[in-house]
Amino acid sequence: MARIIAGVASSHVPAIGAAIDNKQTEEPYWKRVFSGFEKSKEWMAKTKPDVAIVVYNDHASAFSVEIVPTFALGCAAQFPPADEGWGPRPVPVVQGHPELAAHIAQSVILDEFDLTIVNKMEVDHGLTVPMNLLFGSPEQWPCPVIPLAVNVVLYPPPTGHRCYMLGKAIRRAVESYPEDLRVVIFGTGGMSHQISGPRAGLINSKFDKAFLDNLTKDPKKLTRIQHLEFMREAGAEGIEMVMWLIMRGALDDDIEEVYRFYTVPASNTAVGHIILENKRRPAKGKKAAARNKPVAGSKKPVAGKHKRAAARADYRNVRRGKR
Amino acid sequence: MAREPHDYDDIPGTFVFDAEKSRQGYGINMFCMSLMKDANRREFKANEAEYLKKFPLTPPQTQAILKRDYNRMLELGGNIYFTAKLGATDGHSFRHLAAVMTGSSQEDYAAMMLAGGRSVEGNRSKSGKAKPAAAAKSKPKSKRVSKSRSQRG
Repeated sequence: MARIIAGVASSHVPAIGAAIDNKQTEEPYWKRVFSGFEKSKEWMAKTKPDVAIVVYNDHASAFSVEIVPTFALGCAAQFPPADEGWGPRPVPVVQGHPELAAHIAQSVILDEFDLTIVNKMEVDHGLTVPMNLLFGSPEQWPCPVIPLAVNVVLYPPPTGHRCYMLGKAIRRAVESYPEDLRVVIFGTGGMSHQISGPRAGLINSKFDKAFLDNLTKDPKKLTRIQHLEFMREAGAEGIEMVMWLIMRGALDDDIEEVYRFYTVPASNTAVGHIILENKRRPAKGKKAAARNKPVAGSKKPVAGKHKRAAARADYRNVRRGKR
Repeated sequence: MAREPHDYDDIPGTFVFDAEKSRQGYGINMFCMSLMKDANRREFKANEAEYLKKFPLTPPQTQAILKRDYNRMLELGGNIYFTAKLGATDGHSFRHLAAVMTGSSQEDYAAMMLAGGRSVEGNRSKSGKAKPAAAAKSKPKSKRVSKSRSQRG
């Protein structure tokens, strides 16, 4: 059985990519940013996932205003880097995992998340910058990647709650895949920033830090943040943070925060980064899950290893409108 | 028909690229998208007004593009990720665009960012009614979470 072992969130500022490409990472301005990812690279090198699911957004590269899919899952074998106006970034072609991607697509659509399947797509800095930050700049990326592009450019993006629930559906999809694969999921974008209009340059560290805190300990609270609040508090483009909630939804409720980094600014943006690991191994076999299933309608919290089964039952109730 | 009012109209200095703006600015954004190709960039630079005739633009939209009035482009339905391609075609950095949009010099804008960016204090609301956010605050009251589950209905 495949399983999600950890989640990573990271900003995807284009200027970070340019600093890597132009070999400016040792300059003081950029060193402050890159030094925050040294431990993360070590963690990733040790973790060695078999597959990475990268939730990101396209910035008028693969999708113009002609077609705007809310959720688009990359099911191709390869995703070349996009030319964003200065030639494609000098990063390796991203290798996909078409089998797992097709499985996820089928599973989440039947789970009522009507995402778009993309069999040909170029990927921009939104995807490749976080990969550089976690994997460095290797000749080839160390694992296959399934891109999940989320519309956060045309208002309204999906709600934080919808994103969180999609994360849960992705987890169910991954866990129903027969091959033993260790999967890491990335949520990218954010944190607070606004790059458009007279209010450009907005940064709200207080909001960002509270978001990081709650991402670890109370993500459901974050799913109640309305779009207006994201835009008002974290800037028009800060709304990208809904993508982090897909990553968080795909993890256990109770997780371990392994690492965190926050700095202001990189270009126009607050850079936030966090690594969250699932604490325990998933229960083996269906029997354990069935045994732990709480009585329908019960809202009593279930302790310890019963939590996951409880979360599932809870989710079913949401879909049936019982909550 | 007058534009439908939205809650986000209250955010100062911000043009939310919503469905109505997207409809209105389709020509601006498709023009900007065309600048991803070098041949198009050259054709545009050779005769800007002539090149713009290829796109469904209103006269104010055409004027905003020719004048590089980036806020006006956003107001008329442009989106920053698209209009940034026009900036790149002109050889301008994003900082240049940010300075133009915020009405400051590039140096002042860069200094503001280095000092921690533009504060949200005083920049939340045109009406002044908006209070600091509640939902993102830490110190969760975990007992309450389960009680408010009906919020999504």
